Amino acid sequence: MDWTLIFSRAVEAGIGSEAIIYALAAIGLNVQFGYTGLLNFGQAGFLAIGAYAIAVTVATFGLPFFLGVGIGLLLAAVMALLLGIPTLRLRADYLAIVTIAAAEIVRLVVRSVALSDTFGGTDGLQAFSGSFYDMNPYPPGEYGIPPIIGFDNRSMWVLTVGWVLVAIASFILFMAMKSPWGRVLKAIREDEDAVRSLGKNVFSYKMQALVIGGVIGSLGGFIFALSRSAVQPDLYSTDLTFYAYTVLILGGAARILGPIVGSMVFWLLLIFIGTGLENAVNSGAITFITVNQVGAIRLMLVGLGLMLLLIYRPQGIFGDKREISIDAR
Amino acid sequence: MRRAVIAFTAFMGGLIFVFLAGASTAWAAEGEEVRGTLRIQGQPVAGVKITVATDADAPVGEATTGADGTWKVAVDKAGSYKVTLDQATLPAGKALRDPNRGTLTVQVFEGNARNVLFGLVDANAPPQGQQGDGGGGSSYWTRVAQLVFEGLNLGLIIALGAVGLSLIFGTTGLTNFAHGELLTIGAFLAFFFNTVLGLHLLIAAPIALVIAAGFGWGQDRFFWGQLRRRKTGLISMMIISIGLALFLRALLLFLFGGGGESYDQYVAQAGIQIGPISATPKSLVAMGIEIVVLIAVGLALTYTRLGKATRAVADNPALASSSGINVDRVIRLVWASGTCIAALAGILLGTTQNLNFQMGQQILLLMFAGVTLGGLGTAFGALVGSLVVGMFVQVSTLWIPPEMKTIGALVVLIIVLMVRPQGILGRRERIG
Repeated sequence: MDWTLIFSRAVEAGIGSEAIIYALAAIGLNVQFGYTGLLNFGQAGFLAIGAYAIAVTVATFGLPFFLGVGIGLLLAAVMALLLGIPTLRLRADYLAIVTIAAAEIVRLVVRSVALSDTFGGTDGLQAFSGSFYDMNPYPPGEYGIPPIIGFDNRSMWVLTVGWVLVAIASFILFMAMKSPWGRVLKAIREDEDAVRSLGKNVFSYKMQALVIGGVIGSLGGFIFALSRSAVQPDLYSTDLTFYAYTVLILGGAARILGPIVGSMVFWLLLIFIGTGLENAVNSGAITFITVNQVGAIRLMLVGLGLMLLLIYRPQGIFGDKREISIDAR
Repeated sequence: MRRAVIAFTAFMGGLIFVFLAGASTAWAAEGEEVRGTLRIQGQPVAGVKITVATDADAPVGEATTGADGTWKVAVDKAGSYKVTLDQATLPAGKALRDPNRGTLTVQVFEGNARNVLFGLVDANAPPQGQQGDGGGGSSYWTRVAQLVFEGLNLGLIIALGAVGLSLIFGTTGLTNFAHGELLTIGAFLAFFFNTVLGLHLLIAAPIALVIAAGFGWGQDRFFWGQLRRRKTGLISMMIISIGLALFLRALLLFLFGGGGESYDQYVAQAGIQIGPISATPKSLVAMGIEIVVLIAVGLALTYTRLGKATRAVADNPALASSSGINVDRVIRLVWASGTCIAALAGILLGTTQNLNFQMGQQILLLMFAGVTLGGLGTAFGALVGSLVVGMFVQVSTLWIPPEMKTIGALVVLIIVLMVRPQGILGRRERIG
């Protein structure tokens, strides 16, 4: 058993690009689900839009990188508006089904053979992150605390940009949720009719929450695409959304730090268990499973974790049980 | 109550170890390779030579497809490879769908096996995918008839799944995201008895159905029923069902691997021609079973005491309870029968396509579309909605590429919600 490797992998995952991507996805969900009580099951679609906006703009059309960023943010907002208009007046589970369907539509469109000239089909797109890494201020080399943490200069640049985005999003959210606007959102979660009777336009507030959450999700998509220098359609399946929900509930919904800590803990544990099991299998300590089955065990643990969290500790690490409005409306 | 949830969890964990022995063989590929299965209309094609070369045309290896149509070539590192099918070695009467795509360039990723697909057609049959011009003529209407038939086939399978989904929603309010996995579990239970224990599918399937019904009953007795007693919120339960779906799917992946499997019997059948439609006998039998079961469910809901009780509970659980109906018992029976019907749908789906740990998940959204289209919580609405969805998915391939057919159904789902959110047969008040 190579414990240094196991710890190093786990810690790197806990502060690495996966943690950033899922933190951003979960911060978006936090606005929608945690604060406003909207069930967006299509967060993967928003990440896909962000990722593909950069990839298609740069790789397919050869346009500037920052134009791609702008298009991504714009498209995420437009998609939220399109989804919100038919469903925000209906019951919660309708929004869930429509958003999950919309995310699948996005994925099926970008992976289709008919449009593979634009989106690259199932192989996705590469070669679009050049101008992002050209801005890298870190000189080549290894950074970190040996022997546990070590990132190359490209990862350092992604991590810097990513955690700055997480910090900015969280700070804006922190200020917004303290404002009267944020209190209206929480009030909508608690009792929509009461808010309506006070003369607030509930539909408009819900729509704003949906758009803001979606746009934050697309930031996660940017990091997803740039950290891997590639986009592949099947990475944006509904499982991504459900992982983000697990992250959010683990950290604690309706808390600023919830998604961030949730994401770090989630990836730390997941990679620790995954690498640990792989190592144990390779070194012969565990003989009754194969290395390939470790992936399935990790998935099982996510599912089991999500179930047990909701049953025994719906408020997660930081949340307040009274504030978790996981009830039908 | 806690005890029961733990017991359920332990039961799931126990399942892992029960099947452990059979599972270890399921994982084939380690390291990078390109591989594939050559089939034409579900039949394997053997003896075809396939060569693999690097991007710079340096040969890497070659393979000949086996009796089951599979081939694989190991490559030593990730990268881009050219895979060439030697068209001269194809059996007589078979040809590539697109003769220009005999050489494919594929990307192999670190530690992954890459599947490569070659589309084959009967050389003397008309080429596929070029009838989309919408022109008249008898071949166009033959195609329409064929697609309507296939749509009916798909719609009936969706309906079997959707009826259970809708009944569970109606009686408990739970939007069950793990319903797709109930199909998959049914299919793989039958697979287990069929291929591992060697029983004929006609014997394996009923055994699988009985176990599935027991699983459904137990699921409510030890899990969902306990959560209801704890007054867990509906949204909470919905997310718990997602966790359960992730868990069950990963469990099936763990046990049976990620590749496609098939039953020992009824794998490949020659089609027979009925008027303009060509169909395999097994799909006709499957449709017959589906129709009989759906009619039986409909009659049971309408005329039997239990069916009436079910509808009463769906309508108003408190009122039903006060008029002497044992609500918990009704819900448990709904779970048992819903799971059993879903398992049947999974088995029948498994006879027409490969078994895969994602097969249920892949049609879950279509089931949701069917249920929503018909009106959430009404069993008959789910039936009608599913048939419409299945038909729409298949017939839409007249105008859009087949790979995009699901998109059409999902777009229609969203549009229907905008125009008539209560669905075709739903009542206005249900959308509250």
